[in-house]
Amino acid sequence: MEIKLSIKNLDAYYGKNQVLKNISLDIPKNKVVAIIGPSGCGKSTFLRSLNRMHEVVGGTIKGEILLDGEDLTKTDPVLLRKRVGMVFQKPNPFPSMSIFNNVAAGLKLNGVRNKKQITPIVEKCLRQAALWEEVKNNLNDSGANISGGQQQRLCIARTLAVNPEVILMDEPASALDPISTTKIEDLIFELKKDYTIVIVTHNMQQAARVSDYTAFFYMGELIEFSDTKKMFTSPDKQQTEDYIRGRFG
Amino acid sequence: MKLIGEKGVKRILMLTAFSAISALLLIALFILNEGLPFIFKYGVKDFLFSSDWNPHLGKYGIYPMIVASLWVTFGALVIGAPLGVAGAFFLTEYVPKSIMRIIKPTIELLAAIPSVVYGFIGVMVLAPLIRNNFGGPGLSLLAASIILGIMILPTVISISIDSIMAVPQSYREGSLALGATTWQTIHMVTVKASKSGIIASIILGMGRAIGETMAVIMVAGNSVNIPHSPLDSVRTLTANIALEMSYATGLHRQALFATGVVLFIGIIILNSIASVVLRKRAVKK
Repeated sequence: MEIKLSIKNLDAYYGKNQVLKNISLDIPKNKVVAIIGPSGCGKSTFLRSLNRMHEVVGGTIKGEILLDGEDLTKTDPVLLRKRVGMVFQKPNPFPSMSIFNNVAAGLKLNGVRNKKQITPIVEKCLRQAALWEEVKNNLNDSGANISGGQQQRLCIARTLAVNPEVILMDEPASALDPISTTKIEDLIFELKKDYTIVIVTHNMQQAARVSDYTAFFYMGELIEFSDTKKMFTSPDKQQTEDYIRGRFG
Repeated sequence: MKLIGEKGVKRILMLTAFSAISALLLIALFILNEGLPFIFKYGVKDFLFSSDWNPHLGKYGIYPMIVASLWVTFGALVIGAPLGVAGAFFLTEYVPKSIMRIIKPTIELLAAIPSVVYGFIGVMVLAPLIRNNFGGPGLSLLAASIILGIMILPTVISISIDSIMAVPQSYREGSLALGATTWQTIHMVTVKASKSGIIASIILGMGRAIGETMAVIMVAGNSVNIPHSPLDSVRTLTANIALEMSYATGLHRQALFATGVVLFIGIIILNSIASVVLRKRAVKK
């Protein structure tokens, strides 16, 4: 099994406050890894360390994060984020741009300016994000005027347009209704053929449905990391079992 | 508090609020009452578009002053708006928040410097600099534009910063997560999302530039003519009123009030545009 991301002894801080303690974890290629744990356990911080968005809000990290063997804590964050895309909890399409331009934005950042090249890629990404059929007749409408579920799939399409290797998802369905949630989950299943996906979720059923591996975080520490099926049937640690059975958190 | 009671407090507060509004109304009425009859008697066209300002000969054309005011304001914007907007983006997007919290109030202190001090620096430093390097009298359209450009900075920067800070962080993160640089994020997302506030800041700065009097009198040279170069001496509408009011009588005095009417209307229009632009943003959120 090929390892895409290898995290070694990762500590993360906000100012002097340590939010992640010595996390080590390997994320296999073309698999979905779910991160679960109660609020404040550091799961979002962990995710945001992987594309160095953690430092945008003033956080710092220590340790190594290897992307295909290369330590990404030492590379240019701008280039890194083109390889490691991110979908946020609250859908955040660019409000001043049309649906088409939202998806094209990433391409333009990569220097693709030719409209003839852009159009087919935009269509492909919208199809991949299972949004094409719903928006193909109003691509010039504002990206802010579609439903929340559609906006989230638009954000996924926008992320795909940059052609990343890894996609990070920070509770991508927590602001959505059940039907939109199902669509996003189906989409994750499709996307893992081409991408490595790390998803943070506070919904354990969702973790069980979509992921191949699950990591349980608690108070900034990685308590357990294993095959999702095993995690949800016979976890090794008592703490994990208590959390999954809903006894705390 | 018991002594006055809730109703009493309300009445007192109402009274103070109304006194502010009535002051505005009274001033407006007074100026219009003094100035409008003159404009119609002298002729709107002659008053606004004649270049002949010779009060002792009964000639009251304010066209040169209108042109001068527009040029000075335009010059102030050319200098102040790009500096102010760029400064606002630098402070919000590139500087850590903790430092911004110190710098922003410092910039706002610029507005606390009396305009006569700006004028003084203009006369002592800027005018000789212009005279020695570019020629002309030094006291000029250019000097006035530079001084006003600096004077409108706090308005432009402060309101621009507020509107840039109001752009949700999630917009920026969406862009950064695509691998955009800070600069690409500004130009792709933040500028568009804060556009209305930035435009409003420039319009309010413009209002300040048109209305400024003391500093302009000190540095603009004040000769009544239509400027042909930035190095020419000019007289603005505000300067015209302030310079001549002390000795004006009769028609001359009315003509100065009429000048005030023109200024008043101009600034009201600008402020209304600014508040409409700002309100549009509030509705959108």
